Amino acid sequence: MKISKSPWVLHYDGSSCNGCDIEVLATMTPLYDVERFGIINTGNPKHADVLLLTGGVNAQTAPVIRQLYNMMPDPKVVVACGICACDGGIFKECYNILGGADKVVPVDVYVPGCAVRPEALIEGVVKAVGILEEKRKKLKESMKAGYCTVDYSKIAIHTTADDYDPSNQYDAVLTEEALRQQAEEKIKASAKPAPKPAAAVAPKAPAANAAAPAQAPTAAPAADNTKKGENA
Amino acid sequence: MDVMIFVKALIYIVLAPFIGGLLAGVDRIFSARMQGRQGPPLFQPFYDVFKLLNKQTTVVNSIQVLFVTGYLIMTIFTGALFFGGGDMLLVFFALSMSEVMMVMAAFSTNGPYSIMGAQRELLQMMCYEPMTLLVAIGFYYANGSFMVNDLIQAEVPAIVQIPGFFIGFVFILIIKLRKSPFDLSTSHHMHQEMVKGLTTDLSGGNLALTEIAEWYDLVLMMGIVGMFFITSNPISRVWAIIAISVVFFLETLIDNLFPRVKYITMLKVTWSVILIFAGTNLLILNVLK
Repeated sequence: MKISKSPWVLHYDGSSCNGCDIEVLATMTPLYDVERFGIINTGNPKHADVLLLTGGVNAQTAPVIRQLYNMMPDPKVVVACGICACDGGIFKECYNILGGADKVVPVDVYVPGCAVRPEALIEGVVKAVGILEEKRKKLKESMKAGYCTVDYSKIAIHTTADDYDPSNQYDAVLTEEALRQQAEEKIKASAKPAPKPAAAVAPKAPAANAAAPAQAPTAAPAADNTKKGENA
Repeated sequence: MDVMIFVKALIYIVLAPFIGGLLAGVDRIFSARMQGRQGPPLFQPFYDVFKLLNKQTTVVNSIQVLFVTGYLIMTIFTGALFFGGGDMLLVFFALSMSEVMMVMAAFSTNGPYSIMGAQRELLQMMCYEPMTLLVAIGFYYANGSFMVNDLIQAEVPAIVQIPGFFIGFVFILIIKLRKSPFDLSTSHHMHQEMVKGLTTDLSGGNLALTEIAEWYDLVLMMGIVGMFFITSNPISRVWAIIAISVVFFLETLIDNLFPRVKYITMLKVTWSVILIFAGTNLLILNVLK
């Protein structure tokens, strides 16, 4: 059985003109009916596999997109729908537009068009689903190498109040690479022997030109965190 | 005799997820066809659960995992008790226990949508709990026993004596199966005003466990519907299966026909239905006996 048979989609509109949003909704109408492929439009990042982004990204929506991306459980893929989400489109020169969705999160599939055709959108999601399958294999490999996914959630549990800085909390994008670095640092910090570096087959992070991905607030060693927590 | 109880319970534990998953798939296809769509494949619920099991599980706090597992275990226990031929009263008490587990899981996350969902779930429980207890009492009036093993040996089907209870139970099934007019606590279809209610903060494996628990629950509910028709005569089982199919189709139809109501409407409507149908039925039974 394949994981790609039920991609649940989260749709976020980062300053789009709503043309693409209407087409996203059109894919769920009886004419196109994406539920044929098991695609469900969830409103919940914690249930989602595919993040559909429409419209160019501006300074206000960038932290929201990062947060949504970080909240989605691995494996996950990002689809940029419409030319604005791909590189900014006709709004590219605007003072408030940062550019396409790839300025803030690693994008896996670009679906151009203004507005994007529902057929193209469905094909984009189906392609994204193929990438999802590959990512799952990589995730399994990284779990075998000792960077278990459970580690990520444990990091989240042990975050103290001092680690939470509202000014930069959404600056980091928790790509698989960044999370692995965090996990590695954690493992190094603890006294246990480090896992065998089967990193010869280390999966590449998807084209991440994101801003400073590794500098997550949780990167500090666990001992420091507890000390800070007591002081506070 | 004791061995038979365990065998029956074991058959339920093994087969119920498959039957429940298939029923959920049929439900989704029916819904799609009613809306003029082709709909997902029949096995879509299984694909969904398989995917969820293969995803990363982010937990808000560790107690949440305990409650979700508790929900699954209590639901399985309830169903095993029913299909093993246990006490109807105990079945319904264990059923509310499993619901409470789910509510606790949602409350423990501290997320706004989860808490809103949990509070609405408590309201829903307030609506359907009287009816579930009345069903057990109705069976007692009809056949003089609370034990499922005795009830299935009845001479005449229970529906003859307690049709009012049947109508009331089918009505609260809308709430129990989280169908549309009364799906306040978790929007049956996603992307609505409270995201996904109770299960908003569950992800990966935890959500998969909830889905599986709901399949068990679905089979249990359909089993109770069948109980109204089963007698010592083996042919009655065919009637029970026909009744289950009709009720299941009816629930899907109602789901697609009606928009969601406010909780106060739900409370008024359910309690009125319970009072009118089950209450009158109980009164008549009391007078006749």
